[in-house]
Order: sequence, then structure tokens, then C-alpha cells
Amino acid sequence: MEQQATISVEDNVIRCRGSWTLPNLSRLEQRGRALRWPETPTVLYDVGEVTAMDTGGALILQRCIDGVRHKGQQTALQGLKPEFDELLRKVEVEWSRPEGSGAGRGMSWVERLTRAVQSRQVSTIRALAFVGESTIAFGRALIRPRSIRWRALLRIVEVDGVRALPITGLLTFLVGVVIAYQGAEQLRKFGTNIFIVDLVGISLLREIAPLIVAILIAGRSGSAYAAEIGTMKVTEELDAVRTLGISPMNLLVLPRAFGLVIALPLLTVYADVVGVFGGMLIALGELNVSFVEFVARFEEAVPVRHLLIGLGKAPFFAAIIALVGCYQGFQIRGGVDDVGRHTTISVVQGIFLVIVFDALCSILLNWWDL
Amino acid sequence: MPSVTNIEIPVIDVSHVATKFGQAVVHEDVTLSIHRGEIFAIAGGNGCGKTTLLREIIGLITPSAGTIRILGVDSRQLEEGNGRPIHRRFGVMFQHGALFSSFTLAENVAVPLREHTTLSEALIRAIVAAKIAMVGLPSESAVKYPNELSGGMRRRAALARAIVMDPELLFLDEPTAGLDPIIAAGFDDLVLSLKSLLGLTVVMVTHDLDSLWRIANRVAVLGRGTVLGIGTMQELSRSDDPIIREYFRGPRGRAASEQAAWNHNGPHT
Repeated sequence: MEQQATISVEDNVIRCRGSWTLPNLSRLEQRGRALRWPETPTVLYDVGEVTAMDTGGALILQRCIDGVRHKGQQTALQGLKPEFDELLRKVEVEWSRPEGSGAGRGMSWVERLTRAVQSRQVSTIRALAFVGESTIAFGRALIRPRSIRWRALLRIVEVDGVRALPITGLLTFLVGVVIAYQGAEQLRKFGTNIFIVDLVGISLLREIAPLIVAILIAGRSGSAYAAEIGTMKVTEELDAVRTLGISPMNLLVLPRAFGLVIALPLLTVYADVVGVFGGMLIALGELNVSFVEFVARFEEAVPVRHLLIGLGKAPFFAAIIALVGCYQGFQIRGGVDDVGRHTTISVVQGIFLVIVFDALCSILLNWWDL
Repeated sequence: MPSVTNIEIPVIDVSHVATKFGQAVVHEDVTLSIHRGEIFAIAGGNGCGKTTLLREIIGLITPSAGTIRILGVDSRQLEEGNGRPIHRRFGVMFQHGALFSSFTLAENVAVPLREHTTLSEALIRAIVAAKIAMVGLPSESAVKYPNELSGGMRRRAALARAIVMDPELLFLDEPTAGLDPIIAAGFDDLVLSLKSLLGLTVVMVTHDLDSLWRIANRVAVLGRGTVLGIGTMQELSRSDDPIIREYFRGPRGRAASEQAAWNHNGPHT
């Protein structure tokens, strides 16, 4: 039912016909390109048979006219319907107007490198400023414990601690099982079955349980902090908080940081217990080490300092995760995709920093022979 | 482009539409028809279901009862891509713009063209530039992201995206809400000029009494779950219905009507 749009050259007159509207434009463009333009000094366009024309159609006609004019030929338009005339005049400038180039397009690599370094620099300074601010707020809160929002803090302990118990338990139990299995294979060869206790006890208590819990919580809670605070920023809730004279630091960051600092060591103790229990089951099944033997050996083989070192790291992990999550939340501005991006960054950076901190601890403690 | 067809066939035909959300009844019986080439406004108090009716017409919500035909197609068939050829023939400007925040303004405006046509990149860019110019945005703003634009600019950008396919029908949801009076008046002028340039039929939901007086050819006032009155503003302002009287003759309504009369007749009459 729609008429085709055509453009053709007949006796040095360019004839345009049909409905010059979006559905037909793609074919029209191809036809226009294949056309042999007349070489006469004046080119006549006959558009009397154009039945419909939209913005795109007007633009194509305009481009044809411009192209001919560019070659120094005169043009004349014939039979243009008055209702298309206004549209044609309206679009006249659009082809000639230079297109705005997108940011990042057409930049040399030096410029791009400079920009990347600059933005890194800015974000480093911002992150340092955030750490500073939160440290000050931390100190103030310690001096005046009344200013801590206990209700919010306890809620964080519940949501990010108590409700994380099932998943942390399951994961560390499985990790305990895996370590015991791998150890059992080797220990049986030497007939030193009872050392399974040392292996499972020390590795879990000192390193693995705190790390597993921290990674889990970074994924579970760090991301939530970033998304929550970011969404509050997007919906102007943060601005509302500020104008009500409440510090977002006190309202949002401190309860999360304090709450996690309390919850993470507790979760780690729980993870220790469940993980070692997983190891005990495998020790019994694979190496015939009974529960009684296991526990008796545990007391002499695993000095309490390993437990303390593991638990000592947990609050630092917690602070890292909470601060990274909140910081990334505050960095979100505007868009929906920004929320996604910063949430991802909060998890990746949180886990990265936790592992770096853990490695530093290992090196330092090794120096001090602990 | 709409060629001159039989003016009597309505572009949109809403007949006996009822809408319920659970216990809440929004519309009991709404019947109205919108003709080609007019600027039709849907007015009424807050919560009377103006936006709901608009969303039903464009197929985002299905009415509980009754039928709606848009460009001859039942709005129920618009859901989930069945009505794609129809979707090309109308544009919608949402109240808060609903621009895609990860795209620049130009990319936002180009989305329908890239999705529904196979035009060359150069032509797409030219059409986008033309539309951005038509809605009165500076060409530099094309590379900006929605969160870098002011509220009024975002509104215009949303309008540019709505008209990029040269639709026959343009839906505007509260186009002037939250704009300052100068920009709001500018927006009214913009709608008028686009209507004459592109031959649009415009359906708008609005509270803005000034734009009702200035640009609407016909107005339907919703209330009590039905259409309380339909007609030109002059007709409606003489209506006896208490809600319509309240709506148009309240202090703001009187000011807007005096302003409209002043504009019409000049200060000396």
C-alpha cells in the first residue's frame, strides 16, 4: 500500500517520486548513490510527484541538492508542495553542520594516558580523603559513644552477620573437608595420620577461615553498601540527609563499619568451628583419627596464637570491606549503569585489598617469628 | 506523513474502558475519541487516572474492560512487539524523560532509528541532528549524557527521541510539569510548531491550565471514574459540572483564562 520512493535521471532532469518516508529511505539512499548525475550547468529537480516526505526524506533531498551545488552547478526545484517546503528549509543546515565528536574519540594515546593518570590521581586523593574523614568520625564516635546509632549498628550486625551464618558455615565446612582430603592423601603415605590435626587446625584458624569469610562478606555486604548508598545518592536522599543537618558519615558509614567490625570476627569464630568440624569428619573417615584423639592433639598442636592472629585480622578485613563499599557508593553519580559499575568495583577492590592486607600480615608475622 | 484521509475516522478510539487495581477503581466507564491532526488534552485532578489512561492507550497497561483502538489496532495487541509497525507510528514522551542514562543525547535520539531502520550512519546522524535542532537544543549538547542536562533540556531531548521516527501520533505525559513559566510556554510553542511541521496528532496529559488554553484544541476532563466533559476550553469553562467548574474556575483557572482572553483580544478590550 505504501508507495515506493524513487529518484531517477530523465533528460537531465532529476525526477523524485513516491513516498519519501523512513521505511523507503534505505533503498532511496542506495539508488541515489548509484545515480549518474547530469553534467549540465543547471540541474532541475522535479519533485512534483513526491506524495509524502518526512525529515529523513527531506535530508536526502537536501543532500542531493547540496552535492550538485558543490560541483558548481546551479539547481532548481520544481513542483515542491508547500507543506514540504517548510520541512526542507528547516533541515537545510543539518548536513553541513560539523558533528560533535564524542569524548575519547580522536584523542592521541598521549592525551588518553594523561587523562587516565589524572583520573587515577583524582580518585586516589578522593579515596584518601574518605579514609581520613572516616577515621576522624571513628575517633569522635569512640570519644562520644552516645553519637553512635546503635539501632542501625545492630541491624547491620543482624543483616550482615547473623543472616550470613548459613552460607559462611556451609562454605567453610566444605573448605575444611577439602583441606582434610588433600592432606589425608599425603599423610597416609608417611603414616603420620595424626598430623591432619596440625594441617587443618593451623591453616583454617590462621588463614583460610578469616579469608573465606572476608571474601564472602565483601561479595555479600560490600556490594550492598555501595548499591544502597549509591541509590540514595541518585534519588537525592543523601542530599536530604545533609540538609536535615545529619552527617551521612554518622548515619551511613559508621554503623556499617562498626557493625561489620563486630560481626566479622564473630563469623570467623563460627567459621573456624565449622571448618575444623569438617576436617574432623574426614580425619575420622579417611585416616581413622577419632574425635577424641583429634581434640586431644588439637590442644597441643595448635597454639592459641594462631586463633588470635586469625581473629585479629578479621576486624581489619571488616573495616576494609565496609569502607570500600561505602566509598564506592558515594562515588556514584547520576546514572543507572554507574550503580552497577561501582558495585562491581566495590567487590573487586574489597577482595583485592583484603588479600593484599593478608599477605602483608603474613610477611610481617613471619619476620617477628609468630 | 499522514496524507489527508477521512477526517471522521478517529485516530484513537477509547470505548467503555474500566480499570481496577485490586480494590481500587480508577476508571468505571471512559469513552472518548481523538481525531487526526488535533491537539487533544486529558485533564483532571490528581489521581483521576489520566496517566493510567495514557498508558492504556499506548499498550503498557491492559484495561480491565472495554476496548481501545489506536491507529485502527486494538491496544492489547501492542504488547510484546506484536504491534511493531504501529510502534513506529507513534512517539511517547514520558514525564521524567526516561532517557537511557548510559547513552549520550544523540545516541538516545538515534535508538529508534538504529532499531527499526537500516539507514546509513551518515543519514542517521543527520536525522538526529535535525531533530535535536527542531526541539531547540544546541548541537553541542548532543554528546552530553542525560545527567549532565538540565530538567528542561532533558524534556526536550525526550521529545526529540519521541519524534525521531516522524510519527503520526505523539503522546506527552505532563510535558510542562516542573518547568518554569517561560520554558513551559516555549515548550507549548515547540509542540505547536512541530505539529504544523510534521503533521502530528498530539495527545497530552496535563495539569497546566495555561497550556490547556493555549494549545489544546479539545480537552477531556476525567473524574469520578468517567469523562466529566469533553470539548474546547471555552465550552468546558461554561460547563455546569461542579468538578469542572472547580477545576477551571478556581483562582488559578480564572487567572489562566483571563490570560488566554488577554492574549486573544489584546489589552484594550
